[in-house]
Amino acid sequence: MILALDTPQIDWAALAPTLALLAAGGVNLFAAVFVPRGDRRVVGAIVAALGFAGALVAGALLFAQTPDAHGVIADAIQRDRLGALTTMIVAGSGLLAIGTSYREPTSDDHICEYYALVAWAGAGMAFLATAGTLLTLFLGLEWFSIGLYILCAIDRELVGSLEAGLKYLIVGSFGSAMLLFGSALVYGATGRLEFHEIAQVVQQQNLSDDALLVAGLALLIGGLGFKASAAPFHMWTPDVYEGAPTPVTAFMSAATKAVALVVMLRVLVTAFPQEARLWTVTVAAVACASLAVGNLAALVQRNLKRMLAYSSISHAGFMLIAISADNALGGRALLYYLIPYCAMSVGSFAVVAARERELNAPVTIDNLAGFGWERPLLGVALATFMLGFAGFPLTGGFVGKFYVFAAAYEHGWTWLVIVGVAATAVSLYYYLGVIRAMYMRSAAELQLAPVLGGSPPRELALQTAVTGALVVTVGSFFAVQPLIEAAKHAAASLPF
Amino acid sequence: MDTGWLTTALILLPVAGALVVWLLPLRPFAVGSTALLIALAEVALWIDAVARFDFDERGLQLGQRQSWFSDLNVSYHVGFYGFSIWLVGLTVVVLAAAIGYAFWAGRERPRAYYGLMLLLTGAIVGVFVAQDLLLFYVFWEAMLVPLYFLVGVWGGAGRLRATLLFVIYTMAGSLLMLASIVVLGLSQGTFDLVGAGTSGSTWIFLGFIAAFAVKAPLFPLHAWLPETYRESSPEVSAVLSGVVSKAAAYGFLRIAIAKFPGPTADLRTPILVLAACGLVYGSILAFRAPDLRGVIAYSSLAQMGLITLGLFAVNDLGLNGAVLQMVNHGLISAALFLLAGAIERRAATDDLTALGGMARGRPALATVLMTTGVIALAVPGSTAFAGEFAILAGVFDTGWGYAVVGAAAIVLAAMYMLRLISAVLHREPGPSVSEAALDLRPAELSVIVPLVAILLVLSAWPAAITDRSFPDAGVTARPAGIFVPTRESALP
Repeated sequence: MILALDTPQIDWAALAPTLALLAAGGVNLFAAVFVPRGDRRVVGAIVAALGFAGALVAGALLFAQTPDAHGVIADAIQRDRLGALTTMIVAGSGLLAIGTSYREPTSDDHICEYYALVAWAGAGMAFLATAGTLLTLFLGLEWFSIGLYILCAIDRELVGSLEAGLKYLIVGSFGSAMLLFGSALVYGATGRLEFHEIAQVVQQQNLSDDALLVAGLALLIGGLGFKASAAPFHMWTPDVYEGAPTPVTAFMSAATKAVALVVMLRVLVTAFPQEARLWTVTVAAVACASLAVGNLAALVQRNLKRMLAYSSISHAGFMLIAISADNALGGRALLYYLIPYCAMSVGSFAVVAARERELNAPVTIDNLAGFGWERPLLGVALATFMLGFAGFPLTGGFVGKFYVFAAAYEHGWTWLVIVGVAATAVSLYYYLGVIRAMYMRSAAELQLAPVLGGSPPRELALQTAVTGALVVTVGSFFAVQPLIEAAKHAAASLPF
Repeated sequence: MDTGWLTTALILLPVAGALVVWLLPLRPFAVGSTALLIALAEVALWIDAVARFDFDERGLQLGQRQSWFSDLNVSYHVGFYGFSIWLVGLTVVVLAAAIGYAFWAGRERPRAYYGLMLLLTGAIVGVFVAQDLLLFYVFWEAMLVPLYFLVGVWGGAGRLRATLLFVIYTMAGSLLMLASIVVLGLSQGTFDLVGAGTSGSTWIFLGFIAAFAVKAPLFPLHAWLPETYRESSPEVSAVLSGVVSKAAAYGFLRIAIAKFPGPTADLRTPILVLAACGLVYGSILAFRAPDLRGVIAYSSLAQMGLITLGLFAVNDLGLNGAVLQMVNHGLISAALFLLAGAIERRAATDDLTALGGMARGRPALATVLMTTGVIALAVPGSTAFAGEFAILAGVFDTGWGYAVVGAAAIVLAAMYMLRLISAVLHREPGPSVSEAALDLRPAELSVIVPLVAILLVLSAWPAAITDRSFPDAGVTARPAGIFVPTRESALP
């Protein structure tokens, strides 16, 4: 007798990036057992890098071959250019993070598990980027979060690492719970899980003022706000970014934020178009809060990782401005912004990692003194990233900010442009402070103890990653047209 | 014939030079000479551009346009107008002199230093030729980055505080301009400066004015100026006061006045009053300043006030005089700062009480400083006199009070300049001036004398600029009290 189950048609190509990363993680687990201890570091890194490269290529192919967005696997996930582009951004960040991880002085015991977890977290993000229902949304979110919870705490020798992991676990679970609760309320109100069907039901039954639905929407924004580390859901960010191993922080700050913001855009635009008047204002308020908290708190940070954490909160604010604009230009702005932002973010944490290994101590603004002259490549790179964060031209950060402001203006919110401009002005102080520390002060002037241990190690993988990030940061300034074209196609997947 | 490549080459040559200097492991001497050669090649390119430029034509010349991102209609669009070509000329000449001076004086970390100087050259030229609002902003900001490093790394003891002030002031203004650019560009549907029409929005106008008023600087936004000019190395001060401040004046002319005729008419009085205040206040401070650089810095504030007066007179005389005076003041303050650098090298101070008697036995120094100073105080017959006279005559139409203030300021200029000259050159030798201090060396002369020579040529022939800045309009008097720029069509 043939057992006939009614299974949905599965479009394996749509899942290819996720599968590539899952496979890389699986191979790494085997490597953790079968590869001799001395070779694990290099094997693990190569396998994970191959996984991310595979996801990048698969994402590019998906992007090229998916002119029309459509749901696959019973509409559980969306095969569209938005997901493909986000996957590429995540995979690119992952690749850079692998380069940063390679020389991280963790013990060799769990190095393959480390790379497996990074690959799996990436797989979860690639999956989440394509989520088409509330169920897959929660699944994807938890999937990569669990990987990151462990990764934050993986270096048990590192002071603060366990603390970071635990903090992230508890606060992150709280965020996930909010998301789950919100999903339940939305489902309760509409009886649908699929994003586009939620919108249909709301329209048919005229539910747009339904209390359950609105409460659910608010909780969804909150839950995703946690992952995007937007204020007031940001409390975990500085502690976790500081405590986690720096390469993990690099990956988290770029990829998690990218995927959380893209998913927020997708959910809001696809599932809640009727509530736009509510969520645009809410998201704009969250954006303003993030800009205020991130920028003002960053001003007083001495620890570079904490400063970058607050800076990432403020950048969440900028990108939320693009989401709150609720127009195609805003979608384009968000997707374009993410490309240089992710490169700058991973890149600057990579430089922090290099300095940390050199000093064997947390990197502060003070102990960056003279760094720019000692390590020309890393110094120029970090200076460029800081200028890019601050929105100076010749970096993609400038064009990104310009697009964000343009989107806010097109929505009719000139006041939001002014807020963004004011936030940028404040941010100059701490971004330029880093450059000032690197180039304009010397260790002798600050009477610091000289760095022991002779010349720093050659870190080819890290330097390659930093160079790659530098190329993307500067390249995205000159190649605006092709990138914005890609972002335009990606944003066209959404029903603006 | 398509000659737009020339404009692009003027931007790209120094930028490429910067990359060469940064990437090739050259020796310090080779680095300096490469940078100087590139700067001189830039001057040659500019001369070629002038030769190809038709001063009787109204439109944009030597233009080149290439779409940058099409969905918002932003493009790489560059080209020259009559007045902009003179400002580019000022830029390349002063930057070449500054690089030459640095080459002679010697700077630590030469590769970084000369690379930044070349990058700065490209950025400033870009500001003067950009014909797209966003591109203009890009160059405007790109100008700030090398300056930040040049002041912050190679400056004096108070450099950190000076750069902080400088950057915070300028960026606060620039970011307001960015908001204005976003709003103006999107509301017009294009960011192109040539294609865009005019706007009547006062708020957008004020955003631009904020950026230019800080950079110029216009009273009372000059708090960054004295510290920055004192803490920078002399050649960077020369570039800052000689060229970078002119970028702001150019912005007033090219964007604020040309694109916002309505708001310009409405807000002209407060701007003129501020400019007049800056002129008098700067002159008085220059007269009171205890040090050489202080005198030049505050005189720069005064001169920018005068130039703003001429620009916002918005008539033939005022505009022509302002353009001429921009070039004049650029050359004068560059020469004075380089001379101040030369004096500091000999006396190790620029405190006026510690200087004196340097003319004795140092004929070259005395002659050059005297000539520059006399031109700076606008002695009749000098090009500065021609410029200031045109400005005052122009602004007289707007209100005779401004002209009276301006004339009084010329008297003040004579006072502070003569005080400077006598404090440095005459009297008994000061405590810091040793007998052994040398006269200007041939290398220094070869850097400073060309600047002074250009000033002398302009003194003989100021019409070289005034007749060639705005096409088919000689210097004609305007009917009093009528605010219509008859040369509106001449303004791009």
